[in-house]
Amino acid sequence: MGIELGHFALILATAIAAVSAVAGFVAWRTSERVTLMLRQGAVLQLLLVAAAFAALIQAFVTSDFSLKLAYDNSHSLQPLLFKITSVWGNHEGSMVLWVMILVGMGAAVALFGRNLPRELMTLVLSVQSTLVAAFGGFTIFTSNPFLRLDPAPLEGQGLNPILQDIGLAIHPPLLYTGYVGFSICFSFAVAALISGRIDAAWARWVRPWALLSWCFLTLGIAMGSYWAYYELGWGGWWFWDPVENASFMPWLAGTALLHSALVMEKRNALKIWTIFLSIITFSLSLLGTFMVRSGVLTSVHSFAVDPTRGLVILALLAVFIGGAFTLFAFRASALRVGGLFAPISREGALILNNLFLATAAAAVLVGTLYPLLLEALTGKTISVGAPFFSLTFGSVMAPLLIVLPFGPFLAWKRGDLVAVTQRLAGAAGATIFVTILIFALSGASISLAPLGLLLGFWVAFGAVAELVDRAGFFRMAPSQSLRRLTGLPRSAFSTAIAHFGLGISVIGIVAASAWSLELITTMEPGTTKTIGDYTLHFSGITDTSAENYSAEMGNFTISKPGEADRRMTPERRVYTASGTPTTEAAIETYGFGQLYLQLGEKSADGSQVVRAWYKPYVTLIWLGAIVMAFAGFLSLTDRRLRVGVPKRAAVKPAPAE
Amino acid sequence: MRAILILLTMLWLALPAFAVNPDEMLSDPALEARARTISEGLRCLVCQNESIDDSDADLAHEIRVLVRERLKAGDTDDQVRQYLVARYGEFVLLKPVFAWHTLILWIAAPGTLIIGGVVLIVASRRRRRALAAPAGELSPEEQRALAELRGDQA
Repeated sequence: MGIELGHFALILATAIAAVSAVAGFVAWRTSERVTLMLRQGAVLQLLLVAAAFAALIQAFVTSDFSLKLAYDNSHSLQPLLFKITSVWGNHEGSMVLWVMILVGMGAAVALFGRNLPRELMTLVLSVQSTLVAAFGGFTIFTSNPFLRLDPAPLEGQGLNPILQDIGLAIHPPLLYTGYVGFSICFSFAVAALISGRIDAAWARWVRPWALLSWCFLTLGIAMGSYWAYYELGWGGWWFWDPVENASFMPWLAGTALLHSALVMEKRNALKIWTIFLSIITFSLSLLGTFMVRSGVLTSVHSFAVDPTRGLVILALLAVFIGGAFTLFAFRASALRVGGLFAPISREGALILNNLFLATAAAAVLVGTLYPLLLEALTGKTISVGAPFFSLTFGSVMAPLLIVLPFGPFLAWKRGDLVAVTQRLAGAAGATIFVTILIFALSGASISLAPLGLLLGFWVAFGAVAELVDRAGFFRMAPSQSLRRLTGLPRSAFSTAIAHFGLGISVIGIVAASAWSLELITTMEPGTTKTIGDYTLHFSGITDTSAENYSAEMGNFTISKPGEADRRMTPERRVYTASGTPTTEAAIETYGFGQLYLQLGEKSADGSQVVRAWYKPYVTLIWLGAIVMAFAGFLSLTDRRLRVGVPKRAAVKPAPAE
Repeated sequence: MRAILILLTMLWLALPAFAVNPDEMLSDPALEARARTISEGLRCLVCQNESIDDSDADLAHEIRVLVRERLKAGDTDDQVRQYLVARYGEFVLLKPVFAWHTLILWIAAPGTLIIGGVVLIVASRRRRRALAAPAGELSPEEQRALAELRGDQA
């Protein structure tokens, strides 16, 4: 009964979205009542899709295998958490999650966007409703999650063991919130193109949404990366897998959007480009959804493969992206170019940032799609993998990182590069000093690593230098500087913290790639091997089991001078439901580095293949991402970003004299 | 072809093997290091975007052994790669060769950067000219907007 109600709720939500879209586009100019209807419709859509989602969760939690989706993807022995996450660990369920976040964003605009001009609000909700109608319809007609089985099977097939992990509880919801959040920017852009009205206020309304989506996407990608790192079992953390690229491209475009919207908000310039980026960012999100959902790529992440769906998504993609860009082509020229500025200025720096980020996104896009297109057109098969991306992406990012610290120092309109260089001298000195110090202390061999480390420290110290400079440290009394520091707007802190986080990530990436130690060996019970400063003592294999798998567990004791001994237990598991064998790596964190153990084959004589890696500073990669996302959230709490606040401040009467 | 790939993948799932094994490794560390560097750039043909170095598949194991055999026979790194391309096709290389059919792939990023840069320089020239030019008269529309603003403040 609950299943049918859920099914009905999803259909109703889609119908409401369709009606809202039509009504909105017909009457956005004239009718106040349509605005009210769209706002109520948006909230209703959210409630209904949430009800549909709840119906699925209920069926999974109670192991109701008369629901085909639950039969295919769940098992009564799975722990409760994995029963819930099984809902979106498959194509149909993850589409419902996708649509739920889409309607959630629309409802958020309807509820919190009271300061939006009526016409803009109506158009935004109309575009958003169109998206809901299209993707709701797609879910219902090609990927219905509510199909029943009769007679109901007694037991389900179980979730793919690789997905039976806390990662599935966190990664997709974060990633989807980021992906789909950019739909609001898309809707705002299309609304602006339709109404022809776009100004700095528009950017002020769009930027919080872009920022929020960007934060979630950052966390989602970082979480996905860490999940792949500990689950896939060979210590890699980024594989340039097409599905990873699919999430990374909207991130690059979204990062560019954040920066260009800043120019538009502050200086009323870059309007056309900002609109373009808003459209392209969500288009890349849609493309990512298409690539993952259509099975056009065979990759570790694609747990759904069905080409007919792919064609429907491709058609939707063509309609939305093609439609938006057609509109853009016709209307963009009507937008007036705003504020003037010299090439050397904050605006100029932000444009340079956009140029590099757009190039990076293009490099990833072409690298991801080119093999598919080449095969479709000529039948030739080539592979585009990590070595290609590292080369092209790296050579685009390096110059960006070099110029990055200059940006926040430059004044709007016209900046003084010489003065900025002088103010950054301290950061440059610290960067070179620390890098040389690290190399002297570690005695590491000279390779590309020092260059990478220089970049990382340069970005991180440059960010610190900006705060130090703005607070006036070393130029005035420390107490006065401290007062100035606390008086800085939160947006200044968030810029510096975000750039600092990026620097941290770069340092982690360089250090973990350059100085990773590897040990591949065979160990007999009772023997000892060393990797770097770490001594591994292997005491043998024991059998163990849990609710839904049985496992062989390797028992290791790790000793390091100056540290208490630690126990590590990598496993080889066999899942009861599917019979699939998997390996479960063991990871221990020492400082910022990690020791990573994985079991290989067991020989008949009881000896065991062991793979061990020591990855120094590897955790900085993800910590940096968390710092970046934190900076984004901090910026969201800035009073000046809150929609409508400046407007109220502007009409406040001047104090009587 | 696809059916074979799927079949091979299923076989691979059924028979767990593991990435680089101690028994595959060469005793000469310099040669082994070369083998690892080459392996990182070779695709495991039956897997999904994994290098043969990372892959557990049997085929990856075979190619790893093959690479080491060629190295022991005295091949240079490039000769090993060419040998594998002759045997498995270009698909085996994770970094595509630079040739006519990959031209667009390779020039996409530098091309975007150059075209974008040129567009920006032209736009900046135009802006500088606009900066230098005296401010024009307000359009009637702007004057109306100005009047409206003044009216509001009065």
